[in-house]
Amino acid sequence: MYTSIVLVKQVPDTSNISGQVMKEDGTVNRSKLPAVFNFEDRVALELALQIRDRFGGTITAVTMGPPRASDVLRECLYMGADSAYLITDRKFAGADTLATSYVLCEAIKRIGIYDFVFAGRQAIDGDTAQVGPQTAEKLDIPQVTYTEAILDVRDRTARVRRKIEGGYEILETTLPVLLTVLKDAAIPRPFSAKRVMAFKGAKSLLELEKMVEGNSLLYIDKLVHEYRGRSLFIPTLTADDLEIDVGRCGIRGSPTKVHKVESVVLAGSSPAKIENTTAGISSMIDSLLADKILG
Amino acid sequence: MANYFLDNPDIDFHFRGCDLREVVAHSEDGYARSREYPFAPVDYDDAMDNYRKVLEVVGDLAANYIAPRAASVDTDGASIADGKVSYAGGTRENLRELGQADLLGMVLPRRFGGLQFPFTIYMMATEIISRADASLMNIFGLQDIGETIHKFGTEEQCEEFLPRICSGEHTGAMALTEPDAGSDLQAVKLHAYQDERGKWFLRGVKRFITNGNAEVLLVLARSEPGTRDGRGLSLFVCNGDSTVRVRRIENKLGIHGSPTCELQFNDTPAQLVGARRFGLIKYVLDLMYRARMGVSAQALGISQAAYEEALKYARERRQFGRAISEIPVVSNMLIDMRVMLEANRSLFYASAVCVDEKEMLESLVGRLKSEKKPFADENSRLKEVTKAANLLTPLTKYTLAESCNKITYDAIQIHGGTGYMKEFRVERLARDARITNIYEGTSQLQVVAASGGVINDVLGEYFSGKERKEYRGGLTKLSGHLKEIRRLFLESLRYVVGKKDNAFQDVASRDLVDLYGSLYVGYLLLGEAERDARKVFIANRYVVNAMASARKSAEAIRSETFGDLLHADDILVAAR
Repeated sequence: MYTSIVLVKQVPDTSNISGQVMKEDGTVNRSKLPAVFNFEDRVALELALQIRDRFGGTITAVTMGPPRASDVLRECLYMGADSAYLITDRKFAGADTLATSYVLCEAIKRIGIYDFVFAGRQAIDGDTAQVGPQTAEKLDIPQVTYTEAILDVRDRTARVRRKIEGGYEILETTLPVLLTVLKDAAIPRPFSAKRVMAFKGAKSLLELEKMVEGNSLLYIDKLVHEYRGRSLFIPTLTADDLEIDVGRCGIRGSPTKVHKVESVVLAGSSPAKIENTTAGISSMIDSLLADKILG
Repeated sequence: MANYFLDNPDIDFHFRGCDLREVVAHSEDGYARSREYPFAPVDYDDAMDNYRKVLEVVGDLAANYIAPRAASVDTDGASIADGKVSYAGGTRENLRELGQADLLGMVLPRRFGGLQFPFTIYMMATEIISRADASLMNIFGLQDIGETIHKFGTEEQCEEFLPRICSGEHTGAMALTEPDAGSDLQAVKLHAYQDERGKWFLRGVKRFITNGNAEVLLVLARSEPGTRDGRGLSLFVCNGDSTVRVRRIENKLGIHGSPTCELQFNDTPAQLVGARRFGLIKYVLDLMYRARMGVSAQALGISQAAYEEALKYARERRQFGRAISEIPVVSNMLIDMRVMLEANRSLFYASAVCVDEKEMLESLVGRLKSEKKPFADENSRLKEVTKAANLLTPLTKYTLAESCNKITYDAIQIHGGTGYMKEFRVERLARDARITNIYEGTSQLQVVAASGGVINDVLGEYFSGKERKEYRGGLTKLSGHLKEIRRLFLESLRYVVGKKDNAFQDVASRDLVDLYGSLYVGYLLLGEAERDARKVFIANRYVVNAMASARKSAEAIRSETFGDLLHADDILVAAR
């Protein structure tokens, strides 16, 4: 039996970027993009589910984000997570990797004991691949990045295969451990129809508060009690709940500043014709090497 | 992310348009016990919301998991070694994920692990999955044998077989066909006998059994020695254990992912399903409604896929300085395909709802009888709806399977030479399409099955009601056409019946069924055009086209095109 925590993120769906989505300064207008479950985080959840399938245990999904990030938590429940936490507060807005990992670390400590922390290698909106490693550092536990497969788990150790340049290496680590997961590590399972129907009504505290607003017949405490009773409550943790240093959170706690965003337009110049001969192909390879595209 | 439910507004149109209120209220027992399962609906809107969300899961699975594997499933195919059948790798993964998604017992009761969905919603899922990989439908669709066990078997049989079908641990097969009993199932020989303690065993050979390697087999067998017709046949359920040998699997033109097996039963222990002697005349006929609809869904899914490929290619391919989709001849073919596709979908979901209503009324009448309550009203409704289902299910299977062949044929045509090559999807789709108008009853047999209802004009009152209705704007002209088609139909019918010639009637049936089918679909489309302005285009081309075909059919009958059947021997000379 192993207890896993999976860190997930809701990201803009960059697979369908159209003209309206790009602002003139080259940044992305997030409000125009649909929000989706970061794919590598889905793979991370799949690995956690496979551990639970093999050895038993429980899985808690955690996300830090705005209220609408509850969507990905519901999707975690649809895939099979046992519970989900929303970490949200206006004070967390604008966080870089340092501030994000600080909040996640405090949230994980609050949620309880664990054997595994899983995270996707990186989120497609920032592409930093730093939040997982920094969270492990702050939790003071070992980490394995670029995880391709979990080969075995025995008692308090796990054997993990990670990708390295030109190949892979197999590491043995003690538990608890934080793993960041590559997209090819597993195919995330589809949502379970029964769980979709059972958990479609799961609500975070903020969503329940919205229901209460403008409806004098509803009381938040009663509502939370009712939803909790039906296993439909998504627990919500704010800065106050976590009793953390707000100076280290959000934009205040983020030393990273975006200096400039350059909009690069890739355009083809003249096409090159490559003869289908050994000589033609080797001259193409030479020019790719010279342009540092290969090698 | 791609999604074959969300990207198809026409399925959504029918989802929103279908009225399953009574069907769902019955199956949910008035929503009285919805608290027993966390995923049971509390009312009709909640149920529809559940169905929509689950169809989104199906659409995701179809587009992102199943479709990308379809080419490799086609290339690898199912295989056999040492009597053991293996699915293609892609098929195995598909089935595992369908199980993880809880989609392998969609209509079966919750207490056995199913979702307890209406048949219509299950058919939507079947269409969506068939679009991704037609061959997967053959295995996915066999969850339906669970429904036969549920309807006619005992509670113990349900407990024994259904939970593992729902979980995906077991798949099913229907073993009906034999070397000498294909279309003519009355000729089934496979022998069922009892030992001195009354236990049943099966002995004999079945052929062309889709997924015959399954763990659960429904077998039609001769339980009454000395009989020769359908009344000596009973239905059995057995495990696909070591006494069932797969002798070979067929090397087919298409649907390579679906293993088609020859089975030898060597004294296989079996259990009787329902009552003796009712195997063919009651239980197989009952499962045929749903099996025909399953193949129709497969045909519709393939048609959708072929249309998408053709449209995409025609818009990308440039010749004579423009996209070929802008060439009127090509554009016209695409419109024909699209109109056929949408008309077929209307017919399909109308039939699906009809099957749902029939099953609901059967269950309701059964319940009222057992509670010793009056059931006359429900029973007369059941009779009406059964008549309609007897007509609509073969009509749907015939129409959709023939259209599927036409649409995939034209999809290759639009691709030109490239469409003939293995690299393009349309080639596989055309091969997969070819079986749909053959199995589960050939088109010719579907026409026979539908012709009874057509000759008795079972929808006569329905059409008269439609003729009294007033349509607005451009639809007035179309409703006039439909009145004319009906006049031509009745005239042709009188002519055929008046001839009192069975051979002539058999051959003329196709034209009569075509006339009747186009009337029914024409009125469906007229109704849709009243709700959605875009559908006016669909209704217009369909009805105008139907008018022309109707004149041709009527003319063929009146001029006795088939009068030369008597001289078949003289006409049909073989090479010497």
